[in-house]
Amino acid sequence: MSMTMTQKILAAHAGLDEVHAGQLIQAKLDLTLGNDITSPVAINEFEAAGFDKIFDKDKVVLVMDHFTPNKDIKSATQCKQCRTFAKRFNLTNFFDVGAMGIEHALLPEQGLVAPGEAIIGADSHTCTYGAVNAFSTGVGSTDLGAAMAVGYTWFKVPAAIKVNVTGKKKDFVSGKDVILYLIGKIGVDGALYKSLEFVGPGLKELSMADRLSIANMAIEAGGKNGIFPVDDITREYLKGRVNRPWTAYDPDEDAEYESVVELNLDEIDCTVSWPHLPENAKPATEGKDIKIDQIVIGSCTNGRIEDLKAAAEILKGKHLAEGVRGIIIPATQSVYREAIKLGYVEIFLDAGCIVSTPTCGPCLGGHMGVLAKGERCVSTTNRNFVGRMGHTESEVYLASPAVAAASGIAGHIAHPKEVL
Amino acid sequence: MKAHKYGDHVDTDVIIPARYLASQDAKELASHCMEDIDKNFHAKVKDGDIIVAGLNFGCGSSREHAPVAIKASGISCVIAKSFARIFYRNAINIGLAILECPEAAEDIADGDEVKINFDTGVITNETKNKTYKAEPFPEFIKNMINDGGLMASLRKKS
Repeated sequence: MSMTMTQKILAAHAGLDEVHAGQLIQAKLDLTLGNDITSPVAINEFEAAGFDKIFDKDKVVLVMDHFTPNKDIKSATQCKQCRTFAKRFNLTNFFDVGAMGIEHALLPEQGLVAPGEAIIGADSHTCTYGAVNAFSTGVGSTDLGAAMAVGYTWFKVPAAIKVNVTGKKKDFVSGKDVILYLIGKIGVDGALYKSLEFVGPGLKELSMADRLSIANMAIEAGGKNGIFPVDDITREYLKGRVNRPWTAYDPDEDAEYESVVELNLDEIDCTVSWPHLPENAKPATEGKDIKIDQIVIGSCTNGRIEDLKAAAEILKGKHLAEGVRGIIIPATQSVYREAIKLGYVEIFLDAGCIVSTPTCGPCLGGHMGVLAKGERCVSTTNRNFVGRMGHTESEVYLASPAVAAASGIAGHIAHPKEVL
Repeated sequence: MKAHKYGDHVDTDVIIPARYLASQDAKELASHCMEDIDKNFHAKVKDGDIIVAGLNFGCGSSREHAPVAIKASGISCVIAKSFARIFYRNAINIGLAILECPEAAEDIADGDEVKINFDTGVITNETKNKTYKAEPFPEFIKNMINDGGLMASLRKKS
């Protein structure tokens, strides 16, 4: 056999000994996910098709995270529809305000995703769970509606790109810099329809938070999924979170990869993606002339406690530059609590930032930090498309929490070493 | 059918900006379709017109509202050099015809009159008097699009 990690997981879920790139398969799902934007459409489809059962009340997850706490009557109505559905089917994993977090930070944290599992979510960043060696990918609402009912879906088995990670991380460099650098190298359609499989001796340099940020943005290179093998770092993360048995999948020695990308961490410094595509990656040091109005630190890409720690270490005892607004969004309730306990929230408040309840809010220009015409934001989110965070003539620069924090202090795009 | 032409990497945030996603109403979504890159889109599109675009059409968010907004605008088909995979799947599921044809996507200009034969995959540019060949959909996908999407097709079968 010669299969990639992704192909092995898909084969196992399709009940097949072997699958190959391009093959159409039907695969069982371990979990389905929807949020407050995509689930209402899925629920409508589910009901219109006449379904009256879900496949497993423990495995249909709904997270109210995008326009919550609700920003207007329409978004409140959408959450209400999800709440009614969750009650009707007695869902174990319905996460409402007070328990919710940003879905892709929440599910790994709660141990709802494990190595070797197959997961779909009606949200493009569902690919995040590859960090723990799961196959997970984003789909639309209709696919979700059908999958909630039957517990399986069809896939075209993807070909794969091997990313061979070597070298050592420099100071201030995080998983976010690594993935922005990689997207800069291969382009926003560099992995179109494919798996990005991360292997190599450099993986020991990447914490679970780094890996979650990297897998999260596989979609920004067009990828179907991004995935890491299981090692001691993974096992340590899963301890106490995942108590059910799981199976780890390594690629076969002779697994077929369409291409190999060499990623030497020695060569990567703090990286920023200029508007309006994630592939416009440049060293943060080239941003001295880019004056900014706002920083956002949070999102499914960078709202974990390690991210807030990186920002707090830079912001400690300092203040945002005049005219810069700082918006910090812990991704889950437990990250929020931890940030209070560790004193980060106080550091942020002292620095002139606000600290919000978990929400996707500003990342997609929903609420909690929408930009006006001509404004610029350094953001730890994942997309910098035209109009993504507000006005079509506003600009989003994608960066790590450390770079966003440093930029907030400097008033322009800055490498952390510039402000320390 | 008139072609409306766009470039590479048209993302779902410009197809339908997130600020309108609190609505599920197809007509309302259509009224804002593409407005961030083409303010006149809604006014100028006539029923049956097509979109022609470059690489990676529909990249970004998984929002199904994007193909829904395009379809409800009256667009009968999107021809692109390539599609982002979630958009591709969503378009088929909701019954919006899409064709991958780099040659047609390159050659067709904004405003050209175009005819498409979905059975053969032949795209005819009546303005330039040229034809291009796309891979036609297999029968089951064609039926799904004709039925109005995945769920409609499942309903018909049951």
